Amino acid sequence: MANKNISIRNKLMRIIMLVCGIVVLITCAVFFLYDFYSFRESTLQNISTYGQIISNNSTAAIAFESKEDAKEILSALKAEPHIVAASIYDANGQLFCAYPADYDINQLPKTAGAIGYHFTRTALEGFQPIVQGSKQLGILYLKSDLNALYGRFKLYTIIVVLILGLSFVITFLLSKFLQRGISAPILALAETAKAISEQKDYSVRAIKLSDDEVGSLTDAFNQMLTEIHEQTEMLNEFNQTLEQRVKNRTTELEVANKELESFSYSVSHDLRAPARAIHSYANVFLEDYGDKIDEEGKRLINIVLKNGQKMGFLIDDLLSFSRLGRIELTKTKLSMYDIVSGVWNELYKTEENRNVTLVLKELPDAYAEKTTMQQVWVNLISNALKYTKNNPETVIEISAEEKNTEIIYCIKDNGSGFDMRYYNKLFGVFQRLHSQEEFEGTGVGLAIVQRVLEKHGGKIWADSKVNEGATFYFSLPIN
Amino acid sequence: MENIEVEVLLVEDNPSDAELTIRALKKSNLANKVYHVKDGDEALDFLFAQGDYSNRKVENMPKVILLDLKMPKINGIEVLRVLKVDARTKKIPIIILTSSKEDPDIQQCYRLGVNSYVVKPVHFESFLKTVADLGLYWLLINQESKND
Repeated sequence: MANKNISIRNKLMRIIMLVCGIVVLITCAVFFLYDFYSFRESTLQNISTYGQIISNNSTAAIAFESKEDAKEILSALKAEPHIVAASIYDANGQLFCAYPADYDINQLPKTAGAIGYHFTRTALEGFQPIVQGSKQLGILYLKSDLNALYGRFKLYTIIVVLILGLSFVITFLLSKFLQRGISAPILALAETAKAISEQKDYSVRAIKLSDDEVGSLTDAFNQMLTEIHEQTEMLNEFNQTLEQRVKNRTTELEVANKELESFSYSVSHDLRAPARAIHSYANVFLEDYGDKIDEEGKRLINIVLKNGQKMGFLIDDLLSFSRLGRIELTKTKLSMYDIVSGVWNELYKTEENRNVTLVLKELPDAYAEKTTMQQVWVNLISNALKYTKNNPETVIEISAEEKNTEIIYCIKDNGSGFDMRYYNKLFGVFQRLHSQEEFEGTGVGLAIVQRVLEKHGGKIWADSKVNEGATFYFSLPIN
Repeated sequence: MENIEVEVLLVEDNPSDAELTIRALKKSNLANKVYHVKDGDEALDFLFAQGDYSNRKVENMPKVILLDLKMPKINGIEVLRVLKVDARTKKIPIIILTSSKEDPDIQQCYRLGVNSYVVKPVHFESFLKTVADLGLYWLLINQESKND
C-alpha cells in the first residue's frame, strides 16, 4: 500500500480530515434535499394560491365574456415575476385570454388540459378550474419559471463549498494540534527505541507522556529495557570473569610451558657435558692406546664413540626443537624458489654420485621467517634424499599451489615411503618409522618442521605407500 | 709458584672438559703455559694473588683467560664482572666457554665486555679444533693490549 511510508502524524490528520469532510458533505446534502423539497412545496402552494385568486376574480369576466376584464385580472400577476405566462380557456376549452399581452400564443397550450400542476425540466405549469357555485365556467393555465429554485441551488452550492473549505481549514489546524496527544508519545517512544538501538545504551528509559495505551506500551518498553540491561550486565560480568579465568589459565599455562622449556633446555644443556666427555675420551683412548688393543677392543670402543656421537646429535636436535618454542618469528616476504634451490644445492653436494633428478616447479613467495623456513626445507629435502638412497634412480618433485587463503607446498619422492598405519607417530619427537640400520636419524626433524609450521599458522600432512614413495604437503597462510 | 709465567688461565670446574681443553691446546703447542683453576673463587685468588696464591707476583697476568660460565660458588658471570672493573685485569682478553649458544647468559657477557665466546662442541674433533683455533687466535694473532 502506498500509505505504508506515511508518518503516523500524517495518517492521523488524513483520517480526521476525511471523516470531517464526509460528515460535512452528508450534512449539507441532507439540508439541501430537505430545503429543495420544502421550497418546491411552497412554490406549488404559491402558484395554486395565485390560481385560486385569479380564478375567483375572473368568474364575472368569463360569465360576461369580457376579454378586457379578464386581461385586467390576469395583469395582476405582474406582482409575481416568476409567473411567466397565464391564460384562460372557456367552458369549451378554447383559449379566451392570455398573459402577458405580448406572449407568443403558440407557446401556450391550444386547449385546456387536465386539472393539476406539474414540474417540467424548466418550469412549473398546470390547469385550475374556474368555478362559480357548482358550475365550471372555464379553466385557468399558469406557468412559473424555476429561477428561484435554481438560484437557491447555486447559493447552496456556494455555501457547501465554503463550509467544506472552512471546515477543512479548521479541521487541519485542530487536528494538527489534537493529533499531538496521540502521535507525540508514539513518536517519542520510537525516537527512544531508535536512539537505544543505535547507541546500544540500555540504561536509557522512554519518558511516559500519557496514561493511555501508549503509556502502558511505554511502561512495557521500559520494563523490557530493564530486563535487557540486566541481562547485558550479567553477560558482561560473566564475560569478564570468563576472560579473567582464561587470562589466569593462560598465565598458568605460560608459566608451566616456560618451566618445561627451561627444564628441557637445562637438561639437554647439562647432558652435553657427559656426552662430550664420553665421545672425547673414547677418541683420546683410541688415539693413545689404539695400537695396544686388539680388533675386538677397537670395535667395542668404536661403539662407545658412535653412541656418544649419537647422543650429541640427539641433544643438539632437542635443543633446537626447544629453541623453537621460545623464538619470536619475524616474518618477511620470502622467495621459496630461491630458498629451495639454495638448500638443494647445499644438500646435493654430498649426494653427487647418486642418480637424482629434481623436478622443481614454480613456487609462490611465502610470508614467513627465513631461518626456520630454511630449516623446514632442509629437513624435508634431506628426508627425501635419505629415504631414496637405495633407489637406482631417484626423482624428487617440489611444487606448490594456491588454495583460497593459503599456499600448499608439496615435496614428493619415490623412496621407501612409510606405512600409513603409523601415520600418527610421523611428526612426534623422537618417533621413527625406520630402524637405525635402515635409515639413520634422531626422529626430531619432522617434529621441528611441524612446530615451525604451527608457529606460522600452517599445517603439515603426508601421504605414502611402502616402497612407493612419500609425499609431504605443508600449508602457509597467504598474508 | 710465585714465578710461573702463565699465558692461558683456564677457569673450568668440569675436570673432563679441563683435561680435554688442555690436551687440545697441547696438540697445538699452546699448552706450555696453561694454568687450570677449578672455580671462580680460585680464579680471583690466582689473578689478584690472594689466599692460596698470595705468594704469586700479581704483575704476571695471563695473556688470555678461558672462562667457563657454569661453575659452583662464584660463577663465570660474577668473575667477569669483577675482572672487567678492576684496572689490573680489565684489559686481559676473556673468552667465555659455554655448553650451548642458547645460553641466556651470553648476552649479559657481551654487555660486561667479554671479547668472545666459544660453544664447547660435543664432538671431539670439532672440540679439538675449536680450542686450538681460539688459543692460536688469542695468543698469536690478536694484538696484546698490554703494550698500550
